[in-house]
Amino acid sequence: MPISYTSGEQVEVYRFSLPVAILVPLVAIFLQAFLPARLHFFSIFDLPLLVTIFFAVARRSPVAGLLTGAAIGLAQDALTHRPLGLYGIAKTVVGYGASSLGVKLDVENPGARFLVTLFFYVVHEVVYFTVAQGLVGQKLAWSWPHELGSAFANAALAVPLFFLLDRFKQRA
Amino acid sequence: MESLLTRYRNVSILMAVLFAQVLGLAIQVRRAPTGESNRLIRVWAVAAVTPLEKAITRMQSATGSLWSNYIYLRGVRQQNRDLKYQIENLRLQQVRLSEDANQARRLQALLNFKEQYVAKTVAAQVIGSTGSEHSRAVYIDKGSDDGIKNEMPVITADGVVGKIWQVYDAHTSLVLLINDQSSGVGAILANSRLQGILRGTPSGEVVLEKVLGDEQVLPGETVLTSGGDQIFPKGLPAGVVTSVSRGPDAFLNIRIRPAADLSKLEEVLVITKKEHAATEVTTAQPTRAADILAQRLPSVPDNAAEVTEGPGDEKPAPAPGEANATAKAQAAATQAAGAKAGALPAGGPAGNGSAAAKASQNSSANAVKRISDKPVTSTVKPEHSPPDSTPVEAKPQ
Repeated sequence: MPISYTSGEQVEVYRFSLPVAILVPLVAIFLQAFLPARLHFFSIFDLPLLVTIFFAVARRSPVAGLLTGAAIGLAQDALTHRPLGLYGIAKTVVGYGASSLGVKLDVENPGARFLVTLFFYVVHEVVYFTVAQGLVGQKLAWSWPHELGSAFANAALAVPLFFLLDRFKQRA
Repeated sequence: MESLLTRYRNVSILMAVLFAQVLGLAIQVRRAPTGESNRLIRVWAVAAVTPLEKAITRMQSATGSLWSNYIYLRGVRQQNRDLKYQIENLRLQQVRLSEDANQARRLQALLNFKEQYVAKTVAAQVIGSTGSEHSRAVYIDKGSDDGIKNEMPVITADGVVGKIWQVYDAHTSLVLLINDQSSGVGAILANSRLQGILRGTPSGEVVLEKVLGDEQVLPGETVLTSGGDQIFPKGLPAGVVTSVSRGPDAFLNIRIRPAADLSKLEEVLVITKKEHAATEVTTAQPTRAADILAQRLPSVPDNAAEVTEGPGDEKPAPAPGEANATAKAQAAATQAAGAKAGALPAGGPAGNGSAAAKASQNSSANAVKRISDKPVTSTVKPEHSPPDSTPVEAKPQ
């Protein structure tokens, strides 16, 4: 099993330089907006979510994780025509959850990253659907095959992407 | 209390952030859904993303143009030959259709129909999307400086695309696509003239709603805009029926394949100006050789109408004949509407019984009735009469 339990002292905590902390989420949001207009299949990926998970897990600070998730989510919301806060709430929960999990577990290896992304993608969608339907009154269609397919696709993309983003990590 | 907050600091912050966002959502939901309340945040986000999108799109377009116009010219000769052949065929088709169109226009003028014209369009390039499966919309590179305003219709050569949801700045606007579930387009089936509402589904498909279950709709039938939404002009192609099934309620479940490929949008047209005008009969009709002769020959009597019209038209027609002519005109108008695809208001004999359909049917019938009731109403010249001939008058009994 790739996920191993570690105590708080054993876990490595990372930090990121300010340009990286700002530019990486911005690039992710830009690509998320730009690519689906050219490559329609790309809309099943959620790059801002993957970046949220990566930063949350690497920093291992729940407060930093939830604030990063909220900021990225709200920026993503601002590009849509839906009310602000749908992605914001979903990514806040994911940021908090991923960083809390990062404190408890070693999620540095590819297998662990795949499973963590798979799990948090589903959590993200469940929270989004709940808020959108419960608070905003939107009618959304939940399809397990579609959601699971998207979750696997995002998890598969997360492994090489996290490996790429590892280069920007600095030990705290 | 303080120690409790310190102990549960992370959870407390999480709750505070979530509460703030839920509160923000509640405020937005209470207000108008057009995003006016948080316009500044959206403008910032759009301003951060779209300049790069525009730059890449222009670069891509320039490179593509260079490649296709100057480098990759393979097959151009063959394509040229094919296009020439196609032009010949289209010319022949045009000759046939122009006669039908003239006839339809004359009948519309006779019935006092008002037509909507697309007076002005602005071409725009799609620069990006919202990046969300839950928000089916695209950004275009035209904004307030180009005369773009909210709610303007957006089309392609193939058909309807959507409408302007928000103009963000001088050169950026958001277009809500017709397959988004919050969009709605007044639509009419081309053959059966049934009216409905075109809507997007959560999965991104397009369906035609509000068509009663006892109506007959066949796959393959074309769907056009009805103009009932006051946004899209009447008669634009919206899609084709792909499947029909009985829905859980009293309505049919009709799936539509959009006429425009919404997943591959590159260039679109924004209709910035529409005009409502009564149909005019064109006076620049081809004049027959016989008519020219009739004008020049000295033996032709002064009342040219008497010459050009048949013997039965010399006197005011009796009541049954006039009623028959009126009925024929109405039938011809309905037929012409079918041929002209949405040029006439919906609600023909096969209407679905909706209020709008009935209203337009009544107005159509009233228009015909008015013509037969008024002493002198029609001043339409006969089709082949000389330009200076006396207008034919429809007199009552």
